[in-house]
Amino acid sequence: MRSILPVLTVVAVIVALWYAAAVAMNATWVRDQAARAGTEVSFQELVPRTLAQDRPVLPAPHQVAKGLWDGWAGQAVTSRRSLVYHAWITLSATLVGFGIGTGLGILLAVGIIHNRAMDQSVMPWAIASQTIPILAIAPMIIVVMNSIGVSGLLPKAIISAYLSFFPVVVGMVTGLRSPDRMQLDLLSTYNASRSQTFWKLRLPASMPYLFASLKVGIAASLVGAIVGELPTGAVAGLGARLLQGSYYGQTIQIWAALFTAAIVAAALVGIVGAVQAVVLKRMGMAR
Amino acid sequence: MSDAATGRPVIDARKVGLTFQTADGPVHALKDVNLSVMKGDFVSFIGPSGCGKTTFLRAIAALEHPTEGDLRVNGMTPDEARKRRAYGYVFQAAGLYPWRTIAGNIRLPLEIMGFPKPEQDRRVKDVLQLVELEGFGKKYPWQLSGGMQQRASIARALAFDADILLMDEPFGALDEIVRDRLNEALLKLWAQTGKTIGFVTHSIPEAVYLSTKIVVMSPRPGRITDVIESPLPRERPLDIRDSAEFIAIAHRVREGLRAGHSYDD
Ligand SMILES: Nc1ncnc2c1ncn2[C@@H]1O[C@H](COP(=O)(O)OP(=O)(O)OP(=O)(O)O)[C@@H](O)[C@H]1O
Ligand SMILES: [Mg+2]
Repeated sequence: MRSILPVLTVVAVIVALWYAAAVAMNATWVRDQAARAGTEVSFQELVPRTLAQDRPVLPAPHQVAKGLWDGWAGQAVTSRRSLVYHAWITLSATLVGFGIGTGLGILLAVGIIHNRAMDQSVMPWAIASQTIPILAIAPMIIVVMNSIGVSGLLPKAIISAYLSFFPVVVGMVTGLRSPDRMQLDLLSTYNASRSQTFWKLRLPASMPYLFASLKVGIAASLVGAIVGELPTGAVAGLGARLLQGSYYGQTIQIWAALFTAAIVAAALVGIVGAVQAVVLKRMGMAR
Repeated sequence: MSDAATGRPVIDARKVGLTFQTADGPVHALKDVNLSVMKGDFVSFIGPSGCGKTTFLRAIAALEHPTEGDLRVNGMTPDEARKRRAYGYVFQAAGLYPWRTIAGNIRLPLEIMGFPKPEQDRRVKDVLQLVELEGFGKKYPWQLSGGMQQRASIARALAFDADILLMDEPFGALDEIVRDRLNEALLKLWAQTGKTIGFVTHSIPEAVYLSTKIVVMSPRPGRITDVIESPLPRERPLDIRDSAEFIAIAHRVREGLRAGHSYDD
């Protein structure tokens, strides 16, 4: 209970600042309209008009809330105007991409710790891959995949995997290498094989590291799926909503889509966190 | 058994030397070490920090490799002996896996060595009893005190019934009372099992109380300065530590340690 008060205070401050910014940023348009009509607007008249525009520069919090409400609850979930529909399109690509990225990341990490050649060759490439701006590489992936007849979910999932494998590789390599010298020596006195060392020591020891990187990875996956929807002018998905919103100046739609993405991201990270808590507790690693 | 009959040492070191190559040049951790340990011996290694006690124990366990001389375990190289699972090693820290229960930790070597499941259960139960941890099998390591964890790690080393038990300052971090109890328990266990034990310690009374053979070492380079065959009987109540014999041996160990130190100056 005590911790909720500071949180609410911060939220209240943000909302207040947001309203102030909305008034300030949308005022120009109101004044222009008034000047065109040859009238003067007083401050009392100005404020309500800045907060009730159809295409404001910065929508007010209640407008975004209404946009979100309409999008989530005001439509059939199969409708093109439903945010649930668009969120699902993006989410499905996110989850497939996250699955591919996590699988690939774990495989690479296992290779890296067991094979000196992979250790020296894979990591630099993995790091280099992340220095290329995703906005530059996403259109290429989409175009190449389209040209071989693959479109829809898979190209987006690939981009999503491209972003999410990296934190998993880094986290898993660290985790699989986390057992100290003594723990490894102990297995050596048992004459344990490499695979026994992996399954009985390295893998369980890496679990906390894996979950930490999965949290980063799943958020990155969502970003990847949204970015994957931008270059093609896709008709569905949160990325498509963002893009259409900016074509037509539908700022409320943009913000509603942004908030939906944030909510989905928070939910995904929360789910990973819950799985983490359960798994580590069952392993006896959480106290 | 035949080892005892033929009188072949279980551990036989001849002119063993071990040099670590480090960035600051070579470190002579062991030099000219000669030692024979017979079956059923309880050997303590004592000496100032850095004299190579851990290194020698690790060399016996094939965790380090001598750069000179000849080291044999059961007539084999340490590596061959390791592959035949000739020893249980107890490290200074208990090093239990936090994701395994106490029973699970003790089961670890048994799983690795492929013991059948019912046999695993039986052995886990037996060694838990041996170290007086019955009823703690289902607990996780962090739920146990340091002394209990250390006993669990000893149980883990005993579970697969290797002939040789190597222990590197297993009770170093424990208080005097717990240490006494564990020392007694260890002697009892040794009497029951007839194992050959190599034991590193910094404590003179502990070394004298436990051992049939006390190896005094000194540093730079790490070497053996004295080997004392204990005349104490194998049956040793705690108050044997007040006997004249005990005090005489402790005195000789102390003298040996002092001599090793003055060599430095
Ligand atoms: N892996 C290593 N690399 C380099 N030098 C080492 C290594 N291990 C030990 N040494 C050196 O070898 C010497 C002997 O070390 P060792 O750990 O055997 O001493 P010790 O008698 O066990 O000391 P302590 O009582 O403090 O545990 C020391 O000088 C130490 O610095
Ligand atoms: Mg040591």
